[in-house]
Amino acid sequence: MTGRLLAQKIVIVGLGVALLATSGASFYSSRRLKEPVVLGPGVTSVKTLATYFDPLRGTANDCNIYFLEGKEPGATMLVLGGSHPEEPAGRLVAWILAENAVVQKGRLIVVASTNRSATTVTRLGGAYPPDFSIDTAWGSRTFRMGDRWTNPLDQWPDPEVYFHYPSGQQLAYVDIRNVNRAWPGRPNGTLTEQTAYAFMELIKREKVDIAIDLHEAELQYPVISTIVTHQRGQDMATMVSMTLTDMEGFKIGTEFSPRTLHGLSHREIGDHSQAVSLLFEAPEPFLDATRGITSREQLLTGKDEFVVKAGQHGLLFEKIDEKGWPINVRVGRHTSTLLQVAETWGEDHPDKRLVMTGVPRYKEVIEKGVGHYLHDPAKAAGRVVFE
Amino acid sequence: MTVVTVLYYVLVAFISVILAVNLLRSRKWERDVLYVLVLIPFLLRLLRLK
Repeated sequence: MTGRLLAQKIVIVGLGVALLATSGASFYSSRRLKEPVVLGPGVTSVKTLATYFDPLRGTANDCNIYFLEGKEPGATMLVLGGSHPEEPAGRLVAWILAENAVVQKGRLIVVASTNRSATTVTRLGGAYPPDFSIDTAWGSRTFRMGDRWTNPLDQWPDPEVYFHYPSGQQLAYVDIRNVNRAWPGRPNGTLTEQTAYAFMELIKREKVDIAIDLHEAELQYPVISTIVTHQRGQDMATMVSMTLTDMEGFKIGTEFSPRTLHGLSHREIGDHSQAVSLLFEAPEPFLDATRGITSREQLLTGKDEFVVKAGQHGLLFEKIDEKGWPINVRVGRHTSTLLQVAETWGEDHPDKRLVMTGVPRYKEVIEKGVGHYLHDPAKAAGRVVFE
Repeated sequence: MTVVTVLYYVLVAFISVILAVNLLRSRKWERDVLYVLVLIPFLLRLLRLK
């Protein structure tokens, strides 16, 4: 090898190593980004998911579970954020609850990272941003972007076909890593199935009355701006939908969970436990296939001219204009809907109410912004945990 | 770690070595660039960075 050839290779390999180091560092820091949660005055204890299924201890999915216990007995509501972490409104609602809610009657159980592994990766080949930040009065909070599916580093390989347990229904192969296709899970299954199983154990042992799974959907998906409900929650969900649409200033529908579609929380939690299961969907243009640049700005503003164009061609199931679907609107829809569920439940079960304060409703979240409800970890010594 | 996963990493390592050998043997800078670019995702996989 001549000296010139050697120099040429050293330069090219050096550039390659630089590229490897920068991309590797980005992946490494994204997977390990610490997300602080400032425990609010209402948090009475924090457990982890392994409490309910020990084999999860030490795995990526041994997520935090926040308990907010009221002084008076009442209903228990479980709120699941981060089943699909790339739908960030649900996770942010969990943060707002953990940092602000105070329960007077009943009990609130909050999860910010239902599929924690899925928060540590972004859509492969999707050019997603690795994280996003929410501005606050004291600075900003940065969150992992996340994906819809468990990180392949934690569960691999995928099969050719995914047969859901216990129904045997055939689902898309990749959904073997989708926790919202794995309910009710099984103890000897994949990490994703074990995660769903652990949550089912939690729901049974903690005697959860209402389980709410928070999601967002692309505007080209027909199940959007709605509450999907198990048949045991149909009356309540319909009442919530009518009340919100009439009083709150935004439209939200009701969909009944198909009895033969398996693996989803709104079907399986209701079928395999005492809890009434509901799933909320808010609009997220970031997920639309026709979107433009997949950026942090697009994620948080929900503005996208290409999705607007798709709407002009009648290709969407939800309206969109130049104002987009900002994160404050999406989060506010979820907080108002879950508060309305608690109120409506209480009207039907006056001896078993769930009463809480400190949780902003739709208009309040839009007016003050999500960041208003995120507190400064630097001023909360001893009250900070990490997701 | 399952047997399939171990085999996967052995395969990735094997291909990485082949790419590195070809990189050393090549005499055109365009090919060098190509080998380096192809090698990067294989090395990221070996380092379990995703």
